[in-house]
Amino acid sequence: MAPRRRSALVRCLATFAMMFAVTALARAAEPLEIKIGYLRSPESKAAISLLDVPPEDDGIAGARLAIADNNTTGKFLNQRFVIEDVRLKDGDDPAAAVAALAARGVSIVIADLPADALLKAADAGHDLLFFNAGATDDRLREEDCRANVIHTAPTRSMLADGLAQYLVWKKWRRWLLVTGSHPNDKLYADALRRAATRFGGKIVQERVFEDTGGARRTDSGITQIQRQMPLFTQSAPDYDVLVAADESEVFAGYLPYRTWEARPVAGSAGLVPKSWDPAYDQWGANQLQNRFVAMFSRRMTERDGNAWAAARMIGEAASRRQTNDPKAMLDFLKSPDFALAAFKGQRLTLRGWNLQLRQPILLTDGRVVVSVSPQEGFLHEVTELDTLGYDRPETKCQLK
Amino acid sequence: MSLRARNIGLFLALGLTALASREADAAMAYVSNEKGNTVTVIDTDKWEVVRTIKVGQRPRGIEITKDQKYVLVAVGDDDTIQMIDTKTNEVVGTLPSGPDPENFAQDPDGKILYVANENDNAVTIIDIETRAKLADVSVGVEPEGMATSPDGKIVICTSETTNVAHFIDTATRQIVANVLVDSRPRYAEFKRDGSELWVSAEIGGTVSVVDPVKREVKTKIRFEVPGLAREMIQPVGINLTRDGKTGFVALGPANRIAVVDGITHKVTKYLLVGQRVWHMAFTPDEKYLLTTNGLTNDVSIIDVAALKVIKTIQVGELPWGVTVSRP
Repeated sequence: MAPRRRSALVRCLATFAMMFAVTALARAAEPLEIKIGYLRSPESKAAISLLDVPPEDDGIAGARLAIADNNTTGKFLNQRFVIEDVRLKDGDDPAAAVAALAARGVSIVIADLPADALLKAADAGHDLLFFNAGATDDRLREEDCRANVIHTAPTRSMLADGLAQYLVWKKWRRWLLVTGSHPNDKLYADALRRAATRFGGKIVQERVFEDTGGARRTDSGITQIQRQMPLFTQSAPDYDVLVAADESEVFAGYLPYRTWEARPVAGSAGLVPKSWDPAYDQWGANQLQNRFVAMFSRRMTERDGNAWAAARMIGEAASRRQTNDPKAMLDFLKSPDFALAAFKGQRLTLRGWNLQLRQPILLTDGRVVVSVSPQEGFLHEVTELDTLGYDRPETKCQLK
Repeated sequence: MSLRARNIGLFLALGLTALASREADAAMAYVSNEKGNTVTVIDTDKWEVVRTIKVGQRPRGIEITKDQKYVLVAVGDDDTIQMIDTKTNEVVGTLPSGPDPENFAQDPDGKILYVANENDNAVTIIDIETRAKLADVSVGVEPEGMATSPDGKIVICTSETTNVAHFIDTATRQIVANVLVDSRPRYAEFKRDGSELWVSAEIGGTVSVVDPVKREVKTKIRFEVPGLAREMIQPVGINLTRDGKTGFVALGPANRIAVVDGITHKVTKYLLVGQRVWHMAFTPDEKYLLTTNGLTNDVSIIDVAALKVIKTIQVGELPWGVTVSRP
């Protein structure tokens, strides 16, 4: 080889090496990116109170706040979190949406979907990690549980148990159970019956409120309702509290102040068990509520709270393990090192057997938080949070 | 002036001096009552409440200035820090913090104040004498714990949601290191010799012992109280004796103070105090330690040598912080 040509080659190689070095350096300085998909289906706008009509960004706003906080932390740890909002329309295939997200490099999905759609999504993305921030169905944590789905939304049984503990503590043991006629109402009623049995409530009678497609929020509505509700609750055996299961927003909101006997209402109206509430301010929650209002000019809903918890868990896993790998994140979240500071007065952790987030349940009347369950005296050998919902010995879940 | 009048004047002056010095003899403890919007003043000789001072809304962080002239109290809902004159026990001025100041630390000379503003993710640096704001430093989400290193070169800020202890260089006012600790770090405290930095994590349930030179966690102190769920053990306030041999850690809803060997980092004893114990302060002679018990609205007095609670004093609603003057 002639000297000139060799030197040209050397120069060429040197330039290449330099370019490579520069790229590598740039890579090292480039923040670790954590890409999150937010998958949601149309939310029903049906609500008895205007205050309960869900805003357009219900849920994802909570995730966005958590991601803003994760990114503040990320500035110091060289991490960047991005979120992509995917809104399914009626008839859209969740599996296809997951495939499309995966093709764009998303490996973590926060899902606000009904149970069946969630299962389709999760089964279409075995290598992805899902956070269920919407569906309260117990079966998703029991017979239909998945090893790649973490649940930040509480279950119906957790909500019902949280309520039942308080009613029993209050010595309102005799319940008149009124259930709506839709499938989800019946599932909630199942959870309430189970809770009564577990904690010593007594259902003195059950009634079903048929949804006949009546006039919800019409001009003449109030007159009709004012006559209808006392009649509907007439001639019941003696009871302490009316417990309503009406996830479909058909009748429960009309019950307070209209029952035949002067009795309090709980369940889907009156005293309502929730994972988060716009009025909640304990244990530093005020600070989170303030940040939320500053960012979105509205109050933080329960759905926002569930999505916030999911995005914060992703942030915790990414910062503790310096990773964006969903498997490494799941490992961390299942480990004893994980604890979520969620303004609930204690650390939140995962139930390892079904990936449900343990959490206190708020009991709220729409204005203030009346109490927080578990109630004092309901004991458990592992954690009192496991007095809420299906516990390990009774689980039907087998992960993998 | 007649001789007699002069004598009366002299007599009065002497009398006033005697009175003033008698009041100044006792170390005074100042307790911020978060919900009561007051500061309770306790005579630490008699262990009696001598005064209740009305302050701004949501008083939390509280500390006496190094020259003993003022008690500074962060009144978060009023977005400022109030200055209480220790002679008159009256609010005489304010310092310009950012929104929702919670906690703060002075530099070793007592000239500069570093304030954690919980609501805007920033530390505000204030000149105490001129009462002027010098700078803001951006930190993580919900900054809370503040501590200055004994040599004054580093100020620590813990961010509750970001879970780090930021090391801020006081000369350049830049963050020079971020040490990841456990969930919801609440408080930071240096050993007097600068050899260790202790950081409590309320939700993580630990105290991280940080090597301030290497800027990494060298060990973690864990707590276990028989019969108490792990979730209820939430470390918040930390106080270390001057010799660095003993640490006291307030465990919040566990209603206990953990006594920690400062050398081995092992817990040697748990002292039962009031409910939701939050922060603490030593008397200047380190004979006693005062703890604020938020839910029982009282202050426990611990005999440091005997490691025993000797007295409980009722204060205002939701006591948060405490500081003690030097007589």
